[in-house]
Amino acid sequence: MEITKTYRYYFSILLLLLMITFLVNISLGSVAIPFKEIISSLSGGGTSKSSWQFIIIDYRLPKAITAMLAGGGLAVSGLLMQTLFRNPLAGPFVLGLSSGASLGVAILILGAGTFGGFLGGILLSSWSLVIASALGSFLVLLAVLSVTIKVKDTMAILIIGLMFGSVTGAVVAVLSYFSDAEQLQQYIFWSFGSLGNISWEGLMILSICCIAGLILGFISIKPLNALLLGENYARSMGLNLKKTTLLIILATSILAGGITAFAGPIAFVGLAVPHLTRQFFTTSNHLVLMPAVLICGAILMLICDTVAQLPFSEYTLPINAITSLLGAPVVIWLLVRKRKLLF
Amino acid sequence: MTLEKKHSVIEANNLTIGYQSKKKTTVVADGINFSIYKGELIGLVGANGIGKSTLLRTIAGMQPVIDGIIYIDNIPLKKYHSLQLANQLSIVLTEAPASRNLTVLELVSLGRQPYTNWVGKLSEKDKETIHSALQNTETETLAHQKCFEISDGQLQRVMIARALAQDTPLILLDEPTTHLDMYHRAYVLKLLKTLASDSGKTILFSTHEIDLAIQLSDKMMVMTPETIHFNTSKKLIEAGCFESLFPKETIQFNPETGRFSIK
Repeated sequence: MEITKTYRYYFSILLLLLMITFLVNISLGSVAIPFKEIISSLSGGGTSKSSWQFIIIDYRLPKAITAMLAGGGLAVSGLLMQTLFRNPLAGPFVLGLSSGASLGVAILILGAGTFGGFLGGILLSSWSLVIASALGSFLVLLAVLSVTIKVKDTMAILIIGLMFGSVTGAVVAVLSYFSDAEQLQQYIFWSFGSLGNISWEGLMILSICCIAGLILGFISIKPLNALLLGENYARSMGLNLKKTTLLIILATSILAGGITAFAGPIAFVGLAVPHLTRQFFTTSNHLVLMPAVLICGAILMLICDTVAQLPFSEYTLPINAITSLLGAPVVIWLLVRKRKLLF
Repeated sequence: MTLEKKHSVIEANNLTIGYQSKKKTTVVADGINFSIYKGELIGLVGANGIGKSTLLRTIAGMQPVIDGIIYIDNIPLKKYHSLQLANQLSIVLTEAPASRNLTVLELVSLGRQPYTNWVGKLSEKDKETIHSALQNTETETLAHQKCFEISDGQLQRVMIARALAQDTPLILLDEPTTHLDMYHRAYVLKLLKTLASDSGKTILFSTHEIDLAIQLSDKMMVMTPETIHFNTSKKLIEAGCFESLFPKETIQFNPETGRFSIK
């Protein structure tokens, strides 16, 4: 009973941190806006300058919400994959899910030129971007999973994930050779990752993806716990393995695919956040771990985005670079300190 | 009127076990027939690679039946849904749990999954069952330790506790005494004996501790390359079944002591 109390304490700290990072994220940017004005704008009171109101409501607020959705969603998809593959190194980026999503988007953006004008315009709507990206990650995950059934070796699975990454890179290179500069630029900017280019309409689509993926994830809490013992034990406790695996794959590809479509391939969040969360929540119960990972992912992404926008300067760094710069040392530090990663 | 027809918990009818892949079927053993009744403790012995694990896995529904029929509680195994089967039998395998990051308490609690709601919330009754499972296996002091912190022998007892928490009429154990010291080997087998005789559970376990199994089991199943002998240990000793287990040049069975000795 004491344990649940400790977790409740941790959760309130996390929520508080989330609020603080959210406010800090909105307060900082290329234009300095007084904190008072921010609060008044967010609470519907308006600001003394109309340009401030525009910056906050139409740029910073959707960006902050995107950051929370992307961070939380990717972190949860990482957690789901670590349990599904029973491998602490699994994550949407490592296993080639993001590469698959990139391939889907590359074919869409770079291929759209071939169809030209009107058709190309339809193909590039937000929904088609999401579908191409989710389909790409779904196919890669399916391929990785079918290999897992044959090859039980976890190292082999990771290498296969890397291979998918290379294949994607090669296909993108071939595509870019044949496409014109404008589309290529569009694709490259997308692949840097960005949280700021999203409209309120796009944000709605992203939210639908994230909520759908999270609901599927939360439905799978009990089967995920059973999977911690391995497939054979899980089945002996009444688990329908096929149904569960399909549910988890769907959840991860909707989450990773949807987020990648809007924010670009973001590395390390999916891998590092579940491990970071386990440092504080020393449980394997997904009922506690999943919401904790969700909030931690959101907090981390808000911090990364705050750093990426280089407050008070006119430059914005690619978000993908920041998550890698922060995420890679975290994983290395955990490995060195704990000598092994557990899931 | 009170005379009850003896009720078989597991019945194998001309059973063939083995592995099946797309291209070929490997038969491990065939022509297996036996009936196990409620409250019996059955020891399954045989040389390495003879098919003890395959038999247990086939009964647990983890491997397909090649030929013949298995009845669990008089209903063919095929007709069970996985959840129904989880209410009938629990298993202890030789494989370690995939995650070593679980605490002992969490691991044992997972045994209640067939009975809990969609998020796995434990009721008071669930907690009681878990507590007594920990007590029975002498693992309650380990409850809050992580599985990577405890020894292999302790983990073995924790896995048995998980099966007990699942609270099924039938328990299958694949070599439950490996990794255990001599005291805990005897302790676990005695525990299985008590569970069978007092709680009326039916227990089938494979083991290499043939002498301990001879002393404790109600009946024994001896797997040899030719056939499977199934009877009480006394009758099996009289029939000389244990002599045929291993090559006689190296070890010999002494029918009087019920032990093997090196020649």
